[in-house]
Amino acid sequence: MQFPESWLRSLVNPALDTAQLAHAVTMAGLEVEALAAAAPPFNHVVVAEILSAEKHPDADRLRVCQVDVGEASPVTIVCGAPNAAAGLKVPCARPGAKLPGIEIKVAKVRGVESFGMLCSTRELGLEGTADGLMVLDADAPVGEDFRTWLNLNDTLITLKLTPNRADCLSMRGLAREIGAITGAEVRMPQIAEVASRIQDTVRVQVSAPEACPLYVGRVVRGLNAQATTPHWMAERLERSGIRPLLAPVDITNYVMLELGQPMHAFALSRLNGVLEVRMAREGEQLALLNGQTVELAPDMLVIADAGGPVALAGIMGGQPTSVERFTVDVFLEAAFFAPAAIAGRARRLGLATDSSHRFERGVDFGATRQAMERATQLLIDLCGGQAGPITEVVAELPRRDPITLRLARLKRVAGVELDADEVMHGLAALGAGVERQEDRLIVTPPSFRFDLAIEEDLIEEAVRLFGYDNIPAQPPAAPSRMLPQDETLLADDTLRQMLVDLDYQEVITYSFVDPAWETALDAGARPLELANPIASQLSAMRTTLWGGLIETLRHNLNRQQERVRIFELGRVYASQVEQPMKLGGLAYGDAVPEQWGAPSRRVDFFDLKGDLERLVGHPLDTRCGEHSALHPGQSAALWVNGQAIGWIGALHPRLVQAFDLPAAPVLFELDSQVLARHRLPRHATLSRFPLVRRDLAFVLDVHTPAGELLNVLRDAAPGRVQSIEVFDDYRGKGVAENQKSLAIRVVMQDTERTLTDQDVEEAVQKLVGAALRQCNAALRA
Amino acid sequence: MRNPNEIVADALAAIHACPDLPMLEQVKAAYLGKSGQLTELLKSLGAMPAEERKTAGARINEAKQAVEVALKSRRDALQQDELDHQLAAETLDVTLPGRGLARGGLHPVSKTLSRIQALFRSIGFEVATGPEIETDFYNFTALNIPDDHPARAMHDTFYLQSGELLRTHTSPVQVRHMQTHQPPLRIIAPGRVYRCDSDVTHTPMFHQIEGLWVDESVSFADLKGVLADFMRNFFERDDLPVRFRPSFFPFTEPSAEMDIGCVMCGGEGCRVCSHTGWLEVLGCGMVHPNVFRHVDIDAERFVGFAFGLGVERLAMLRYGVDDLRLFFENDLRFLKQFN
Repeated sequence: MQFPESWLRSLVNPALDTAQLAHAVTMAGLEVEALAAAAPPFNHVVVAEILSAEKHPDADRLRVCQVDVGEASPVTIVCGAPNAAAGLKVPCARPGAKLPGIEIKVAKVRGVESFGMLCSTRELGLEGTADGLMVLDADAPVGEDFRTWLNLNDTLITLKLTPNRADCLSMRGLAREIGAITGAEVRMPQIAEVASRIQDTVRVQVSAPEACPLYVGRVVRGLNAQATTPHWMAERLERSGIRPLLAPVDITNYVMLELGQPMHAFALSRLNGVLEVRMAREGEQLALLNGQTVELAPDMLVIADAGGPVALAGIMGGQPTSVERFTVDVFLEAAFFAPAAIAGRARRLGLATDSSHRFERGVDFGATRQAMERATQLLIDLCGGQAGPITEVVAELPRRDPITLRLARLKRVAGVELDADEVMHGLAALGAGVERQEDRLIVTPPSFRFDLAIEEDLIEEAVRLFGYDNIPAQPPAAPSRMLPQDETLLADDTLRQMLVDLDYQEVITYSFVDPAWETALDAGARPLELANPIASQLSAMRTTLWGGLIETLRHNLNRQQERVRIFELGRVYASQVEQPMKLGGLAYGDAVPEQWGAPSRRVDFFDLKGDLERLVGHPLDTRCGEHSALHPGQSAALWVNGQAIGWIGALHPRLVQAFDLPAAPVLFELDSQVLARHRLPRHATLSRFPLVRRDLAFVLDVHTPAGELLNVLRDAAPGRVQSIEVFDDYRGKGVAENQKSLAIRVVMQDTERTLTDQDVEEAVQKLVGAALRQCNAALRA
Repeated sequence: MRNPNEIVADALAAIHACPDLPMLEQVKAAYLGKSGQLTELLKSLGAMPAEERKTAGARINEAKQAVEVALKSRRDALQQDELDHQLAAETLDVTLPGRGLARGGLHPVSKTLSRIQALFRSIGFEVATGPEIETDFYNFTALNIPDDHPARAMHDTFYLQSGELLRTHTSPVQVRHMQTHQPPLRIIAPGRVYRCDSDVTHTPMFHQIEGLWVDESVSFADLKGVLADFMRNFFERDDLPVRFRPSFFPFTEPSAEMDIGCVMCGGEGCRVCSHTGWLEVLGCGMVHPNVFRHVDIDAERFVGFAFGLGVERLAMLRYGVDDLRLFFENDLRFLKQFN
């Protein structure tokens, strides 16, 4: 909400300068968002009258003017403006004046001495362009300081009001509030009843009394809608961000700004029959004042006449019944529409009006009739005409039940004791009825406060008036309890740090992605779609982290980054109940950073597999499988404790092309919750007897995975076998085509005794037998 | 008998001329070995008359000692030479860079989240989490934001086709936690939140940390104490000015916005603080009784405070990042600045 400081100060004028006032208001919860000067700084400009304007003897486009600046004798000023003419009143910058960008001095212009400058709005910085001198009203007082006369030393104050403070959406409300904050005296506008001179009325029937508990209407006949809006009113409207249009409309706007009551004026001659306040009917339409025609819904409140809706109640009037230049008779409306009946409707229609903004938050139903009197008086004063009697339809207005404020509760919530008398005084200044009953206050909120209903509301008001800054900041005292520490669960931070140590850079990508990525990465993906995405390429909730990682790779490749190793720890989204945390990674480019001591080599499947094994701390159970995003020959499903936890592999060549990448990145994605689970370490007795190592080379079909052989060997191994690992995979000379030789190291040890050759031989035979039976793997000759 | 002195002279000359250890061993054998010259001389003592034997034996022994001393000295010298040689041969250019993988780094938002969590954990706050796809109930209704409440307009909400929504704040975690835990409660809830807004100062996704403390005796003064302590520790500035302004959130009352003195200009006024000297950093307040009512906590017995802060905002102020959007572009050149 924007308004001129001068208007506010006419109602309440605390002994604070603008900055101090802004601070006080901000600290009371009405945040000052901006302070702006009404006009740019300039000085020594006065109201002047051009007495004569003669052509310059030596210049066709210049005129030599004799100008009355309010001094004993006129001054000579050379002027180039095309509209300079005798009789005009214009702003005149005197010698020594400083205007935006120029300083005025006495100067000779083509041989004629000029004592100042006649100004356009552009030269004063009031507007961006101008095609001639700024022409002032004929009654402008010659010699008067221009800034004073136009009240340009004013400040436009913009408040960022919270939705609970509808009472501050008017000058009267703000004045009341500032009076309560600063203790300054408040001078409210005096509003008298306007006697009716005619008997005309419009019959009003309220069919939706819950939505419209109060409707006040009045006929005013015989007015001149084209009357000029007086300068003071136009200025206040403009400085509040409302453009003056037509006197009757300006008046209703003015009353809204002054008292907070939105009003509407109908052209009486366009109304037909009884006015009904009712809910809209299915299929009804209304052409609005702004030229838009809207479809009405049955939960929208309208004002209707015999011909249908004429206004969208509390939001905007209709075009056909609006006041125009030749309107002579009007029907004025001031009503209280219930916030629940207005809220959200304007937004649904794509509208946001000053009226709906106020009604949604709550308009003072205790001042509706007053606003009608005020508007009537202004209308008659400015446009003439005669008023009829007020029509008032009242149903059940919001209640303002007394609230109990326990002083002990106030102290408990605030953490400090507030003086009861000061609290009472403050609440009373806000317009509440306050009565003390021993240890409690009984507070009756005023009609304009829609946010005061329970004890906490009053506690907030009391603390606010006391000043949040006056409450001490104290470290709380609480029983010391230790936090649980699950030793078998790796914290997310630990997991992140481990990946960082493995040379991965963490990234954070958007949870919503391009749906095309989703289907490219998984043809069967059915990602959740946003109903109102910010852009179509951010419209699907990701079901994998890979889309964001690949996009990050592309972004960085475009910026000449050739080695990219990134990870993200974040959720993917299957449904409201299923939003698992995943750990995804991508590596692209050289396996190690380019360096003098190691040959350059592209990162591959086994680099990432090794990284993940370092992450989990033991060899991974990788199983062959097909994932549509991955290279079928360079991908695997990862299993931990019999649970599939994710995938690892090189991006499928088809996708490398689709994503327009120069080479394939290697990717992984794991269920981070399973990954983070570790077992609690358990000590086992150390053996005092020697280790025995046997290296076995098996020849087997090239397509039999090493993991299969290892599983067979491990299953067959007697208890004293400590480990079975592959240490070589050889193909080529000496091994038949379609065969490979896997070198396996078996380590044995017993905790009870030294192993005999026979023990070892028995174990080896068991292993060799199992390998032959189950994997068709023979010992290499 | 050959004069032992002559033999010693020969031996010393031979030892001195030895170029390496194997040769030295040969020289040793030639003089002190089984059939070495001095050994032979000793053997010849037997043939001497007894009276001469004693003096001759003493002379030979002296000669042997002299040779042994010379051998040892030469051996030491040769060994030292060899070591020097080896060391010279093995000398590296230690100014070349180290080998192997590099080290990655954490995202600045992640770093900030961790830092904030660590500070709150240090005074006993536990971490709680909740879903990002939320229901209307948890995101709004349970937080005292009924349908069509103007406060909903402040939240530009993303909706799913299914009618659910992306949480607009981390506050729903409060509700979920209070449904399943009894006071006293002290939690923080970090995570992603979403608003349908994208421009220079807004990204459609960002991070918040929600805090909640519920007990029989926590007050607005405690709220101020905790948050002032947090900000001063987060920025490592004991003299950081803080202030609290009344504000409005449907789920707290009294509600406040917290400002800190601008950390960029020290309160002098700059672009970052819009020349006010103050930065708005978080919203907070005492838990509204209607929120307690939704989760069956006795609002008469328990009091609580809650706060929600924007993580990116704190990260920007802490690390001097001037463009919010950088956080989600994931340009490695940007990210590596925080490693």
